[in-house]
Amino acid sequence: MRVLLIDDEEELVATLAERLSFRDIDADWVTNGHDALKKLNNAAYDVAVVDVKMPGISGIELKRMMAAKYPKMRFIFVTGHGSEEDFKEGSEEVGGAGFYLVKPVEIEELITKLDEIAKQ
Amino acid sequence: MNRQWGVIGNQGFEFIGKINASMSHEIKNTLAVINENAGLLEDFTLMADKGMPIDPERLKSLAGKIQQQIKRADKIVKNMNMFAHSTDKALKQVKLGEILDFVAALSARLISNRGIVLEIVPNAEPVVIQTNPFFLKNLIWLCIDFAMDWTGEKKTIAVSYKKVSGGAEIKLSKLDGFSNMPVDYFPQEREKAFLEALGGEMAICRKPGEISIILPGTIEQ
Repeated sequence: MRVLLIDDEEELVATLAERLSFRDIDADWVTNGHDALKKLNNAAYDVAVVDVKMPGISGIELKRMMAAKYPKMRFIFVTGHGSEEDFKEGSEEVGGAGFYLVKPVEIEELITKLDEIAKQ
Repeated sequence: MNRQWGVIGNQGFEFIGKINASMSHEIKNTLAVINENAGLLEDFTLMADKGMPIDPERLKSLAGKIQQQIKRADKIVKNMNMFAHSTDKALKQVKLGEILDFVAALSARLISNRGIVLEIVPNAEPVVIQTNPFFLKNLIWLCIDFAMDWTGEKKTIAVSYKKVSGGAEIKLSKLDGFSNMPVDYFPQEREKAFLEALGGEMAICRKPGEISIILPGTIEQ
């Protein structure tokens, strides 16, 4: 499984990618929506883990753009926000509340979600 | 008069809520980074248990990163605490430069999320007025929030301040989109309520796009 991590917190995504690699998950990372779209032009990913609130292209907007271009790709949203509206919009967008995770996310929880996606 | 205070009260709650949501989001981000760094440390120890050597430099670097994030979180919490104390005194001597820097720090995430750059132009000469600090912060935020929709392609807002006869001026400029703004569109009711409470005035220049807030040196309680 190839995973693309997208979050404007560079240290967060870089460290998470390294930790996933220790668990035999191939993960790349970028810090904004534009770079994510560029990355997708050169490589294929099964799952994108997307921060909802990012400068520039928002996570939800980015997910819609990626899903339109790559219909087989799956998404997990990650957010620091806990507002009910954000949760409703985000979880509807990714096909269920289970794929909308609130920071800080435990790596085991993320891997469980990635496994669920792999089995689908 | 009652309506004005009703508007100020509602807007004040909205301002406090918005800033708290944004700052707590920043704390969550900081905790998330600490969580990953701590997790990586744990991964290294688990690998060491299996006989893989740990690079001491890597551990040192990770410890440094965690300390940096703790400093970052501490600054956010200090700002939240200072913001909570903004309402302590209805009248206080304030340095405009400090107030503007503080509002910029409080709203940094809200501004960057919209892809906007906020430039606070420093003034070598301190500009001090006696005013209601909470109302002033709220009014500055309302102007920045409004201005973000009118920056044009540059996506930049410059905020400067200076002494003027009888008080001080805060100016928001680089608002290139103002030429397309309907006449008398701004200030709206909320901004007018704060201006009245602060004894201030506002002037809008559509070309070049500028908002000028004139504040008295002191306000009557």
